[in-house]
Amino acid sequence: MESQIKAGQQADISVGIARDVFRNVRRAEADGRPILTQRARPFEDAARIFLILCAMLSIFTTIGILLVLGNESLLLFINEGLSLIEFLTGTEWRPQSGSFGILPLLSATIKTSVIAMLVATPLGLGAAIYLGEYAPQRLRAALKPILELLAGIPTVVYGYFAISFMTPLLRGLLNSPSFFNPNGTEILQFYNNVSPGIIMGIMIFPTIVSMSEDALSAVPRALREASYGLGATKFETIIRVILPAALSGIAAAIIVGLSRAVGETMIVALASGAGPNYDWNPFVFAETMTAHIARISSGDLSYGSVDYESLFSIGLTLFFLTLGLNILSRWITNKFREVYQ
Amino acid sequence: MSAVEVPNTQPIDGRLLAGAEFTRQLAARQRRGRLWARFFSLSTVVAVVALITLLLSIINDAFGFVISTYRVDPTTLAPDGNLELLSNEELAALLPERRLGAYLRDNLSVVPPTEFPSVPLGQALPGAILPPGVAEKTFAETTVEERRSILANNLNVDLLASLVELDVVSEDVRETYTLIESLFERDRIEREYEEKFGGASATDTVKYFRSWLSLDFITAPQASSPEVAGIRTAILGTVWIMAITVVFSFIVGVGAAIYLEEYATGNNPLERFIETNIRNLAGVPSIIYGLLGLAVFVRVLEGITQGRTILSASLTMGLLVLPVIIINAQEALRAVPSSLREASFGLGATRWQTILRTVLPSAMPGILTGTILAMSRAIGETAPLIVIGASTTIFVDPSSVVSKFTALPIQIYDWTRRPQDDFRSIAAAGILVLLVLLIGLNATAIILRQRIRRSLQS
Repeated sequence: MESQIKAGQQADISVGIARDVFRNVRRAEADGRPILTQRARPFEDAARIFLILCAMLSIFTTIGILLVLGNESLLLFINEGLSLIEFLTGTEWRPQSGSFGILPLLSATIKTSVIAMLVATPLGLGAAIYLGEYAPQRLRAALKPILELLAGIPTVVYGYFAISFMTPLLRGLLNSPSFFNPNGTEILQFYNNVSPGIIMGIMIFPTIVSMSEDALSAVPRALREASYGLGATKFETIIRVILPAALSGIAAAIIVGLSRAVGETMIVALASGAGPNYDWNPFVFAETMTAHIARISSGDLSYGSVDYESLFSIGLTLFFLTLGLNILSRWITNKFREVYQ
Repeated sequence: MSAVEVPNTQPIDGRLLAGAEFTRQLAARQRRGRLWARFFSLSTVVAVVALITLLLSIINDAFGFVISTYRVDPTTLAPDGNLELLSNEELAALLPERRLGAYLRDNLSVVPPTEFPSVPLGQALPGAILPPGVAEKTFAETTVEERRSILANNLNVDLLASLVELDVVSEDVRETYTLIESLFERDRIEREYEEKFGGASATDTVKYFRSWLSLDFITAPQASSPEVAGIRTAILGTVWIMAITVVFSFIVGVGAAIYLEEYATGNNPLERFIETNIRNLAGVPSIIYGLLGLAVFVRVLEGITQGRTILSASLTMGLLVLPVIIINAQEALRAVPSSLREASFGLGATRWQTILRTVLPSAMPGILTGTILAMSRAIGETAPLIVIGASTTIFVDPSSVVSKFTALPIQIYDWTRRPQDDFRSIAAAGILVLLVLLIGLNATAIILRQRIRRSLQS
């Protein structure tokens, strides 16, 4: 790559530094001090220490998260005499009456995330293949900003879209009398997991597209041409040659998408319902882990109460879940990466 | 991985396909390819349709006909019903007598609401312009005229107008229609207006086209009724939070990136751990940062941050965007050619001088682009602010870093979750404002990015 700044600018900088250096040397000589390299540089050391501290802040953040989530969760487990088995397998979440089963919240998170992935994976992969393999250059250049725009929309706006557009649309389709539903019974409740799931899929879509497209474009030309040379059609080349070669990158994209779906808050907070509900049917209301944290903490929450501590135990579960997914995604990328010459 | 396998040429009877059989199969293979190509392009179309539907549904809710009832017709109070044309005194004279105490208490008093009636006004309203002799009186001892004159002299015309609008005119939006309904179903709207409200002959009811997104909406303070609520309070909250967040996260983020790119040797386990850690932090859900902020900034550091304040929110947001800023700044620093550094070292500059005078200036456009993009992510973040305790019942503009606050996305969230149509409409108007802010930020980033590209080419 060529230099990033213009030659003139470069010269300016160099001249500036040279001037400083000579000025320092002259001053040192005049004062009879040791020059340049022999001099102690407290400022230089201070700058270095400041920079190290900046870099360490990220470690402090991680320690802070673990400490805060762990400490409050531990308090909950000790104060309530709760066992880990009870916490992970209990089917009722009612902190006020001492039931702390994460399953109602976890099941809703799983439902919405699975629906989101069912929407985002085929569409995202399809769009990535289209953009990477089929689309003409100019169309590609026009479509990319649209995807960036979709990726940049705040999730609270998606939440608005879910509750003011997708939910009424789906309720209109499913609840009105039709071939599948002759009596027009209410199949889909107003708060449900399908509508936020679908919208979450649209939210994750750009992530999957851009990560999969990177993976597809990393497959070397030689593989493609070898496949064409053997008489394969374009589609066969994509399905049998390029996709398998890019599989690790695509898997990583899907897992990153899943981790975003699990941690997403605003869409589910608005559209999934206002209470935990242990029911694997996605058509009824059920609050997810993130939605529950958002709702409980938006009320008056007193420090050290059961409600307060229970939020952190949900947070800890969520943290490990997303951390696990992110580590898995990086492990897949590193382990199965095809290295081409 | 054995990636390459020869497609669809399984030998039949030990031979490759040939002749008519081959042609037929080839045609079928190509048909299948075309079918799938259509599916691939369709998935792209879905994305475009989703974006367009999203924007249209927001615009659809933000504009449209409303049918309102008034307690007092505003056109009888001011020319064209425009209350802001009246003077402070005229507006104060319109305010209902029984609410005067509440106005003073809510908008001017600095003492706790329960003590307000028993404290002399000079003490309850320090710094306020009071009529002679009123400072020693408690509220109950003042006359109605004195109360009105305190309000007229100490509140600005916008606030007085919005109080008149709220409690005197008291518009109540009874029916809202979407933009599509307003354009294509005018007959139905007219019919409903006639049947339910008596149509144009009714004196207390009007039907008019309301743009929920308006200058009034942007400049009016937050209020609990959707007819007069504005987003000034929320926008100011967002601006305060973003300003502190950007200062904090820029300094720390760029510092961390400089350390990792310019000082780190690359084979130190601590440095590798920091790198991995930053990438993991980037994947932590934002609501978890909210819990961190709640426990650390709001609770443990309450002495410094004063609890659920702008400062707590900004520090939490700062930690949230830090990984993004570090990763972007690292990339920008990596793009600075090493010949520049070597030239600087060769001239005898120290490492810090090299960084400050040579590396940072040429990496700055890239770093700024990354920072702006990180800010555009932060500006729409809602979940951490909810957890930290942004309040939706804040009606006063934030005045310092330790003010309690509301923010634009918080307000949108609060309005969206209410069932009434008119709240849905102001939520849509709020979203439009948020999206305009976002597009502005992103456009700045794109222009910066193009500048870099141009200077790279020259």
